[in-house]
Amino acid sequence: MEKTKVIVGLGSCGIAAGASKTYNEFQRIIQTDKLDIELKKTSCIGMCYREPLVEIIDDSGTYLYGEVDLPRVDEIIDKHIKKFTPIPEYIVQSDKFPSKDQEFFDRQVKISLRNCGHIDPESIDEYEARDGYRAIRKIANGNMSPDRVIQDMLDSGLRGRGGGGFPTGMKWKFARNNQSEQKYVICNADEGDPGAFMDRSILEGDPHGVLEGMIICGYAIGASEGYIYCRAEYPLAIKRLNIAISQARDRGYLGKNIFGINGFDFDIIIKEGAGAFVCGEETALIASIEGMRGMPRRRPPFPAESGLWKSPTNINNVETFINVPWIIHNGPQAYAQYGTEKSKGTKVFALTGKINHGGLVEVPMGITIKDVIYKLGGGITDNKKFKAVQLGGPSGGCIPEHLSHTPVDYDSVNATGAIMGSGGMVVMDETTCVVDIAKFFLDFTQKESCGKCTFCRLGTKRMLEILTRITEGEGRDGDIEMLEDLAETIKDSSLCGLGQTAPNPVLTTIKYFRDEYEAHIRDHKCPALSCKKLLTYTVIDEKCTGCMACIKGCPVDAIEGEKKQVHNILQDVCIQCGVCLTRCKFEAIRVS
Amino acid sequence: MRIERIKPRKNEEVLSEAVDLTLLEPLLEKYKNRKGNLIPLLQGTQDIYGYLPMSAFTRIHEATGLELNEMYGVATFYAQFRLAPAGKHIVKMCHGTACHVQSVTAITDEILDTLDIKDGETTKDGIFTVETVACLGCCSLAPVMMIGEETYGKLTPKQAVKIIREIRRSEIN
Repeated sequence: MEKTKVIVGLGSCGIAAGASKTYNEFQRIIQTDKLDIELKKTSCIGMCYREPLVEIIDDSGTYLYGEVDLPRVDEIIDKHIKKFTPIPEYIVQSDKFPSKDQEFFDRQVKISLRNCGHIDPESIDEYEARDGYRAIRKIANGNMSPDRVIQDMLDSGLRGRGGGGFPTGMKWKFARNNQSEQKYVICNADEGDPGAFMDRSILEGDPHGVLEGMIICGYAIGASEGYIYCRAEYPLAIKRLNIAISQARDRGYLGKNIFGINGFDFDIIIKEGAGAFVCGEETALIASIEGMRGMPRRRPPFPAESGLWKSPTNINNVETFINVPWIIHNGPQAYAQYGTEKSKGTKVFALTGKINHGGLVEVPMGITIKDVIYKLGGGITDNKKFKAVQLGGPSGGCIPEHLSHTPVDYDSVNATGAIMGSGGMVVMDETTCVVDIAKFFLDFTQKESCGKCTFCRLGTKRMLEILTRITEGEGRDGDIEMLEDLAETIKDSSLCGLGQTAPNPVLTTIKYFRDEYEAHIRDHKCPALSCKKLLTYTVIDEKCTGCMACIKGCPVDAIEGEKKQVHNILQDVCIQCGVCLTRCKFEAIRVS
Repeated sequence: MRIERIKPRKNEEVLSEAVDLTLLEPLLEKYKNRKGNLIPLLQGTQDIYGYLPMSAFTRIHEATGLELNEMYGVATFYAQFRLAPAGKHIVKMCHGTACHVQSVTAITDEILDTLDIKDGETTKDGIFTVETVACLGCCSLAPVMMIGEETYGKLTPKQAVKIIREIRRSEIN
């Protein structure tokens, strides 16, 4: 009989949901009751909406339990572990029980996330047990030349997962063809795109996979040093990468003449980012590693020719690197069988916003947005109406409901005006105001603009001012046209991706929701009832109990009324702060 | 633009700072002659003091030859660096897209209101500094805030204020 295993998901999001407490509780009970159980840690399996997640593997099968808080720990130990009776109500996936959450897994093809949630990320043995470091061994033992490796990458059709979508094999080829004593591999782990967290999840869940991808790249292009540029906001990812690097060094997987390949030296260093979105751009990232302000420079020369310390450098992002060992191990054709003609393989999406099943999903390219949202994502929260999805973060755009049949591949998404970006999908319902969303993104890019190009620096500021006045009811005729004009100019005259794409959220929302902009400007109305300055707060007489809670809360004394009398809001004093709405316990405040 | 984040400090305040510069020595020793050492040096300095004291810039300049203007340029470019001391607990309010859609602004306002400070400021008792940050990467638990290493998800304004009050209570006692 195998020892029963209890595995707790301890990614950042699981920990935020209380998984550490769950783990400690299991540990405490196992010790006090002297249970013969192996308690283990893993990372995020992507099912964030059911965190904390606990998997139990025993002789009868595997059971994944969701929302395991402290009372459930006791119950699971009592019923499942001591009495061998699993609890179907809490099970989210199992080979023994059907679950309504099964649909979340059915359409997924896990290549990038193959190990996330399945191995202890701090154990190199568990990585090796799941074909880890087999790809680099295949290269070493089979005498695969660097050119063969690059050809495999080209044949797989893998394109850059950081957002650009440039063919990875091609990038490697350029870096290989530039002769130099010293070359570098950089892993871009500066996942700054708000709403995307797949890179964090991969780094936390499968750090060795990223290292192996980088080692293979180093072999292919002839580099001896690798850098991982990771956000300081991801402390757990950095910790696990450090552990993985020292384990790999101990086994001789990093260092000199590694994997028995004569003359192949490779080592990896972690560089902590210091908080600048623009450093996701490759030339800015290089400047930052060199210790300077992260300001992009003109290309060409591309980093493949002159990159870090002026040496040929290849930069890929985390999700790109994690695919590399799988492609080499299973062959390029295995990868290319997934996806569409021009976008091969799978892509990880971060589902967030007004969606029932928020989390990480990995699907073959070409699946429609609708399927992702309704089949995997379980539809919109509270059965509200689906309005749009923001794809690609601040560089991307809004795709409206009527285009939800769009397949997710690089070219189809680009045709809508959005971009694939890193794969953040923020779902919006009828209560989200698109003008407000456009303003939100502009506020972000405006703050994050490095200030080098005039139009990016000043143009985004002007656009933000216009958007702000529109959401405050001060919009003017001609504002929409001015936004469009500024947007085109910024796109045309900025050096880097930040400026070239910053206007996208504004342009796409104008394209698909022009009527909402017009309602704000002409009628001073926010159709989504979201822009506070455009709302009117009134008391619903029948519901008001005269409790005076709103009167006490109102910062400008705009509400009058005696105790147990119906209150009244003085419209000319009201500043639309919405405090009365949050204070009222009887739903007696109407917003219109 | 990024520079707007810097808030001016009074001269007397900067000059009256008592900072033990000897704490910097191991760090200077480690990074002295390495290329690309500017950012790690500043990060290490901030780890020691919680912020970047003026006198530390001068000491780093003496020891490494790095130019003051370059250091100041870098320090004001990246969001991570602070030029003024921060509170004991740094409250990071996530204003990423997912949190924005889930109305994090209302929560931030409520917290700032409770503590009677503005975004980026420190409370008079030095217990809290509140900062809005881009994305903490816990989008599916939005709205999210992070205090120290601890992340709190699926917040409501009431819960958030309760958490703040509890920390304050345990600090005072």
